[in-house]
Amino acid sequence: MFETLSHLALQQYWWVIISLLGALLVFLMFVLGGQTLIGQVANTEVQKDMAVNSIGRKWELTFTTLVVFGGAFFASFPIFYATSFGGAYWLWMLILFTFIVQAISYEFRKKPSNFLGQKTYESFLLINGLFGSLLIGMAVGTFFTGAEFSIDQVRITSPGDNIISRWESPLHGLEAATNIQNLLLGLSVFFLARIQGALYFINTIDDETVVGKSRKQLLWNTIPFLLVFLPFMVMLLTGEGFAVNPESGEVYMEPDKYLQNYLQMPVAGIFLLVGVLGVLAGIAITLFRQSNKGIWFTGAGTVFAVLSLFIVAGFNNTAYYPSTFDLQSSLTIQNSSSSHYTLTAMSYVSLLMPVVIGYIWYAWKLMNRKNISAEEMESGEHAY
Amino acid sequence: MEEALVNWSRGQFALTAMYHWLFVPLTLGLSFIMAIMETIYYKTGNEKWKKTTQFWMTLFGINFAIGVATGIILEFEFGTNWSNYSWFVGDIFGTPLAVEGIMAFFLESTFIAVMFFGWDKVSKKFHLVSTWLVALGSNLSALWILVANAWMQHPVGMHFNLDTARNEMGNFWEVLLNPTAVDKFLHTISSGYVIGALFVTGISAWYLLNNRHIRFAKKSMMIAAVFGIVSSLFIVVTGDSSGHHISRTQPMKLAAMEGLYEGQEGADLVAIGVLNPNKTLTNDEDAFHFKIAFPRLLSLLAERDADAFVPGMNDLVYGNEEQNIPPTSEKIRKGDMAIQAIKDYREAKENNNDSLAGVHLEKFNKFYHNMGYGYFEDEKEVVPPVALTFYSFHVMVALGFLFVLLFILVIWNTMNDTILSKRYLLKAAVWAIPFGYLASMLGWVVSEVGRQPWTIQDLLPVKMSTSHISTGNVQTTFWIFAVLFTILLIAELSIMIRQIKIGPK
Repeated sequence: MFETLSHLALQQYWWVIISLLGALLVFLMFVLGGQTLIGQVANTEVQKDMAVNSIGRKWELTFTTLVVFGGAFFASFPIFYATSFGGAYWLWMLILFTFIVQAISYEFRKKPSNFLGQKTYESFLLINGLFGSLLIGMAVGTFFTGAEFSIDQVRITSPGDNIISRWESPLHGLEAATNIQNLLLGLSVFFLARIQGALYFINTIDDETVVGKSRKQLLWNTIPFLLVFLPFMVMLLTGEGFAVNPESGEVYMEPDKYLQNYLQMPVAGIFLLVGVLGVLAGIAITLFRQSNKGIWFTGAGTVFAVLSLFIVAGFNNTAYYPSTFDLQSSLTIQNSSSSHYTLTAMSYVSLLMPVVIGYIWYAWKLMNRKNISAEEMESGEHAY
Repeated sequence: MEEALVNWSRGQFALTAMYHWLFVPLTLGLSFIMAIMETIYYKTGNEKWKKTTQFWMTLFGINFAIGVATGIILEFEFGTNWSNYSWFVGDIFGTPLAVEGIMAFFLESTFIAVMFFGWDKVSKKFHLVSTWLVALGSNLSALWILVANAWMQHPVGMHFNLDTARNEMGNFWEVLLNPTAVDKFLHTISSGYVIGALFVTGISAWYLLNNRHIRFAKKSMMIAAVFGIVSSLFIVVTGDSSGHHISRTQPMKLAAMEGLYEGQEGADLVAIGVLNPNKTLTNDEDAFHFKIAFPRLLSLLAERDADAFVPGMNDLVYGNEEQNIPPTSEKIRKGDMAIQAIKDYREAKENNNDSLAGVHLEKFNKFYHNMGYGYFEDEKEVVPPVALTFYSFHVMVALGFLFVLLFILVIWNTMNDTILSKRYLLKAAVWAIPFGYLASMLGWVVSEVGRQPWTIQDLLPVKMSTSHISTGNVQTTFWIFAVLFTILLIAELSIMIRQIKIGPK
């Protein structure tokens, strides 16, 4: 079935999957956002435990989605993997460090003899929530602003200077922080994660104080979110973009490229609109209608909005990982993908995704049937 | 490439991989032991079995968290530190990593939450299924990552595409069913099962030594020891099969494992030996100061024929006409030609000279299987560190047989209810835990040090695989990892020991 598709069709199919994984990852960042809110929504130790256990039962899902996002990117666009990870070394390493300390913090936090003390593990969660979301947002920002690298395949034939993909900035990824647009996207992801974190607390915790404080946080994070996200979108839609000539593969700068992409691919525009409305609707029903279902609207909105960003980054003859050092080294979904055979094999594997999403949804439903309460925290059953 | 960068990159990968491997095998083995225990609870309804299961789950959870923490870095390190490698083989190597994520990691992460927090939220049956799915997920993840590793040791199912300057997959099933992968998977997971068994046996023995939780400990011990003996027998079989395959695919590794410099017909298998550190490829010194060997066993194991010829390192480096083994210098020459053919092909393509490109392509295909040798200047570069490979292999095997003895004695004495009086055996069982980890770690040393200098056997040397970063950057991250992982290990051990002291509820 997949083998009959053209290479380009497979590349597009895989870009959609990568986009979907990226979008789901940003939705699941409610865990990261929640981690930064623990201290702000809880007064007492039990309330803190409730907050930690609420997101703590989902952290592995977020973490796994990040790992699968990386693995799927490797399998489908290995040239991006070789270029970005090996080049923007420090940006990715910092992201990874924050996830390393996240992974042990839930489990170790309250265990006796935990060596570093509960406060340290809680600060690890804070660090991961803050920098994990911010830096991933900045890394994705470079999809629109570019990075400094060069590619020369013939280097593989010279033992002395053999690395095909070369990073040309000595800062190895940290230079992304010098670009205002990257920063705006990083901060947008950060505040969005906090918005979602607050909504998830409201959805899963039975405690007036925690819910009340989460509502307040929701408001206080929506304002800065809009203040950073709107300028990001304005810059995106009014700035130049990295266009590709489909005939020659030549990359060139085109004014209003991303605006054009939205106009020429109405589905991306619709996704963006649905996304933004969904995010705002979730916030609105929570703040004005006292609903606890806001996370589903905002979460779905997040997925649509992020999907739309990935679509305009990679489709419609656009270089999704542009090189500002050497335009012609820029990565497109065509010049950076796996072979036809590999993408075909991987496409069959992708048929498992609905099954995976199905059992995740089923287990989620079962596990979230009952909200987290103070009684459960004090019952002595397994808890973080 | 700068030698320091290569070494520090290798050092960082070794450091992070070994830290990760401190936690993985227990996950592989203990998950099944827990699932068996919970099955007994499910069948009998006996609450004691539930408590037993939950106790081991607590230890599992502590171990699992740090396994996850140390694991994420490995996947991304292929990109961060081995950019050229990712370019060169990403088309093949990325696939098992992605499948691992989709098939295994989601299974583990979804059902682990049910396993820990779902006792009162889901039915008994669903909970049991979740526990089994966690075991299945962790073992499936081992399958895919070992398929990836095996492919590096014995690359199959691919071809080199000169237009994209990389290897591309030609047959997914060949990659998955690579005989090296099958052996590696079975051998490695069974080593994990043995560690799980040693862990449960050892901790139970500690309770018995302290006269605590006697019934719990005996029950746990029996299940673990039976699981351990079955797994150990499996290790022997798969180890033998691995050796047989290595003799075909990585003869240099086999020669290093045995300290075999000169090839022999009817070669002996060294049981115990002390290597002579002054021995080099070309001098006449004895390879061993002292050794006890089983006559002709190496030939039998490697070639399935007690009289067969097993090549030594000298044969492989300098060639052996009689046995039809070409010298490495010839492979280097062919490798050079393969690399030159890539250059010429691309030049011809740039000049739109397709017929000339075709000639170079044909030339390349002729020498492709020796391509990696073209990056060497000295034929001696193809010899791995002998002492480390040799000792790691022999200590691993010796420990493996000692564990078999331990499991037999534990089962015998538990069945006859004499275990409480055998304090020496209980103490040995406690001490066996760290040695189990040591043996498993040494297995990886044999596998990975023994295949030096290759990242992809015969195709890509380690020195061609790195990223374009300065050594200082890698040194910095190396030390960050070293400090961070050591602190986390201390925390993990401290929590684990405390939980063991607290004991089952």
